[in-house]
Amino acid sequence: MEGLTLSDAEQKYYSDLFSYCDSESTKKVAAHGRVLELFRAAQLPSDVVHQIMELCGATRLGYFGRSQFYIALKLVAVAQSGFPLRVESINTVKDLPLPRFVASKNEQESRHAASYSSDSENQGSYSGVIPPPPGRGQVKKGSTSHDTVQPRTSADQQEPVSPVVSPQQSPPTSPHTWRKHSRHPSGGNSERPLAGPGPFWSPFGEAQSGSSAGDAVWSGHSPPPPQENWVSFADTPPTSTLLTMHPASVQDQTTVRTVASATTANEIRRQSSSYDDPWKITDEQRQYYVNQFKTIQPDLNGFIPGSAAKEFFTKSKLPILELSHIWELSDFDKDGALTLDEFCAAFHLVVARKNGYDLPEKLPESLMPKLIDLEDSADVGDQPGEVGYSGSPAEAPPSKSPSMPSLNQTWPELNQSSEDTAIVHPVPIRMTPSKIHMQEMELKRTGSDHTNPTSPLLVKTSDLSEENKINSSVKFASGNTVADGYSSSDSFTSDPEQIGNNVTRQRSHSGMSPDNTAPPPPPPRPQPSHSRSSSLDMNRTFSVTTGQQQAGVVAQPPAVPPRPQPSQAAGPVVHRPVDADGLITHTSTSPQQIPEQPNFADFSQFEVFAASNVNEEQDDEAEKHPEVLPVEKASDPASSLRVAKTDSKIEEKTAASAPANVSKGTTPLAPPPKPVRRRLKSEDELRPEVDEHTQKTGVLAAVLASQPSIPRSVGKDKKAIQASIRRNKETNTVLARLNSELQQQLKDVLEERISLEVQLEQLRPFSHL
Amino acid sequence: MAVCVAVIAKENYPLYIRSVPTENELKFHYMVHTSLDVVDEKISAMGKALVDQRELYLGLLYPTEDYKVYGYVTNSKVKFVMVVDASNTALRDNEIRSMFRKLHNSYTDVMCNPFYDPGDRIQSSRAFDGMVTSMMIQVC
Repeated sequence: MEGLTLSDAEQKYYSDLFSYCDSESTKKVAAHGRVLELFRAAQLPSDVVHQIMELCGATRLGYFGRSQFYIALKLVAVAQSGFPLRVESINTVKDLPLPRFVASKNEQESRHAASYSSDSENQGSYSGVIPPPPGRGQVKKGSTSHDTVQPRTSADQQEPVSPVVSPQQSPPTSPHTWRKHSRHPSGGNSERPLAGPGPFWSPFGEAQSGSSAGDAVWSGHSPPPPQENWVSFADTPPTSTLLTMHPASVQDQTTVRTVASATTANEIRRQSSSYDDPWKITDEQRQYYVNQFKTIQPDLNGFIPGSAAKEFFTKSKLPILELSHIWELSDFDKDGALTLDEFCAAFHLVVARKNGYDLPEKLPESLMPKLIDLEDSADVGDQPGEVGYSGSPAEAPPSKSPSMPSLNQTWPELNQSSEDTAIVHPVPIRMTPSKIHMQEMELKRTGSDHTNPTSPLLVKTSDLSEENKINSSVKFASGNTVADGYSSSDSFTSDPEQIGNNVTRQRSHSGMSPDNTAPPPPPPRPQPSHSRSSSLDMNRTFSVTTGQQQAGVVAQPPAVPPRPQPSQAAGPVVHRPVDADGLITHTSTSPQQIPEQPNFADFSQFEVFAASNVNEEQDDEAEKHPEVLPVEKASDPASSLRVAKTDSKIEEKTAASAPANVSKGTTPLAPPPKPVRRRLKSEDELRPEVDEHTQKTGVLAAVLASQPSIPRSVGKDKKAIQASIRRNKETNTVLARLNSELQQQLKDVLEERISLEVQLEQLRPFSHL
Repeated sequence: MAVCVAVIAKENYPLYIRSVPTENELKFHYMVHTSLDVVDEKISAMGKALVDQRELYLGLLYPTEDYKVYGYVTNSKVKFVMVVDASNTALRDNEIRSMFRKLHNSYTDVMCNPFYDPGDRIQSSRAFDGMVTSMMIQVC
């Protein structure tokens, strides 16, 4: 034969082919076997094949030496190009395209040849060329190295037998490439391989014959890229993987088949239409994916855990980097598991990648899992980002929390300020043991209590005291422990005072508790001092007015006495009998506790009266005792604000009666404080009223002169009771009004908070940059 | 924004480190390395208490005249270190916290990827890269 000059590409290609055919590494290729198949794959008429063989001298030699082989290949190319077969044509025909062997085989071979330099993968692809499924297996085998040539041969031989067997490569791969190739050159070879795999391939062949633009594309890709992909598949897990996979997964074989079919289907689709949307999944593909999903996870609504998915997709022999990226794209909800949709998307991406499509940066819309949440989002790429960020919005709300503390912080500040102001007033006034002073002190105390937005009016005295302390820390000592003061005052005050104080406190606390719901009671706060004064007035007015006016007195919420009183109230109540002593002690203690306990003021006030009214009081006490006792009992258990209030009222009444209006005095003072305290005030008002009634209205009237007007129904029990009832009702209404006001305040504050949060939200994006 | 972002593994080797390219990256790498001492110091200081009580955000580790270094540690002792430009005074603590949160979220997503081998360099995650890019200073 004449000398053969080959281009580099040809050289590579031919050597590749030769190696492929030279299964025995003997540098000689038998005329039969692979070479024959190869030539047949060239889709040349058999006579041409014979002619070629003759020309290259194989017939002469009986085998294909390397040179003969190369010549033969060149002649094949010549023949395929349509040039007459002549020895001279070998070198004369310039720019001869590489011989293309039938469909997959040829294409693969050509591609392999082209990419052969890249790696031995091409060899693998060779094998894949023949029948798609077997091709795959062979591709793999080939890929390993020439060592596998022999096994490949066997594999080749087996290929027709067990086409799909090689699951090693991810299913779609070979079929795809195969398709590509086959489609392009000729559908003939495809048929051959199809025969092996079975019916699946027939459509494949058909598809091939109906080569469409896709084929054109593929053919255009003939060299490396497409092959590369396929190669990569076969490549990564070379024989070893193949072998391991082979035995391990019989399933895979079937899957391979199905994959092959799916791939054919895909190809068909691709050819036919989907150029608009290369990412669309055809029904066949989808079905195939679903089947694959089932093999891993029988429940179609379940998840494939990440590890299983990893194993599965690793079989595709794509580089880990790409698989990782595919995972990133397809795992929408970033949960480390794949749902059916996600799995289909991932699988489709793998198939596409194997076919040479580059992975998109963002998940294509057609691959979006049809999930409820994410489906609507139009952003393809953003989806993963969105998913990733799904958590972040959750972070946003928490970020609002900082705003809250600020809001919360305002409350105590307000309280303190208010308390300060509140406290300031009483101090000087307190010194003089006058009714007014006492009232003011009461008011102050209650006011301070009220001012504590956070001070729980609940039974927890300690809490109150603490809160009051906190809030009124600046105030005076007594004031600081308003709560404490209340409680302490309770303890300090002599019995009657304490009782009264406790009672008032309880009531005030109860009244306060509702108040506390509104964190910052700024408006009420300032009032304490004012309230006191006003309360004083109120008291006066009360004293002047009838019980009806108690509602007016309610304008100033009675200071909320510390909660602890219930228990204390009981105690003090007991002490009631010791009025005189109590009064005295009260008076003595009152100056100290004046700021703390409005009751003190009352007591001090009452002292005078008490002394004068001892007799009367005693009588009243007698009357009241029975009332007191039951009242106390009732009050004690009733720690609720309202109840306490009412109870305290009653207790106050009784207490007042006992200690001679001590309670009354306190009660009148209590009401004035803040609007929050109104309730208490009303209670206090009522209490004094009741007390008065219970006791001697006359005495009470005198005592309460400075206090809110208390209907001085001349003391008949019935009348007193009725009056007390009336007062209670009024107090109730006042308290109810207070409650509504506070609720309104609360709403306003909440709205404010919401608006601030919204502002924060708006500002947040800027901070993130 | 950040000038350099680094993710350090539990064993104190870097999993991911990326700086603004215009600067001498070696300098940032060195700063990150030295900041690890501060991180360890902070961790050990709180180590007595339960991990739950430990704040993930470590705050400013140390300031230099040009840069400030912030730290964040996860419950699995993976550390995030961020170097920001000291002249960027507009950057508030909350912003740094949010940036670390985003980092943490992205890191978690990378961990969820079954193809990512814990202990490997984070080089495969484009989402992570994209997120870090968004946090880095926009240097033209």
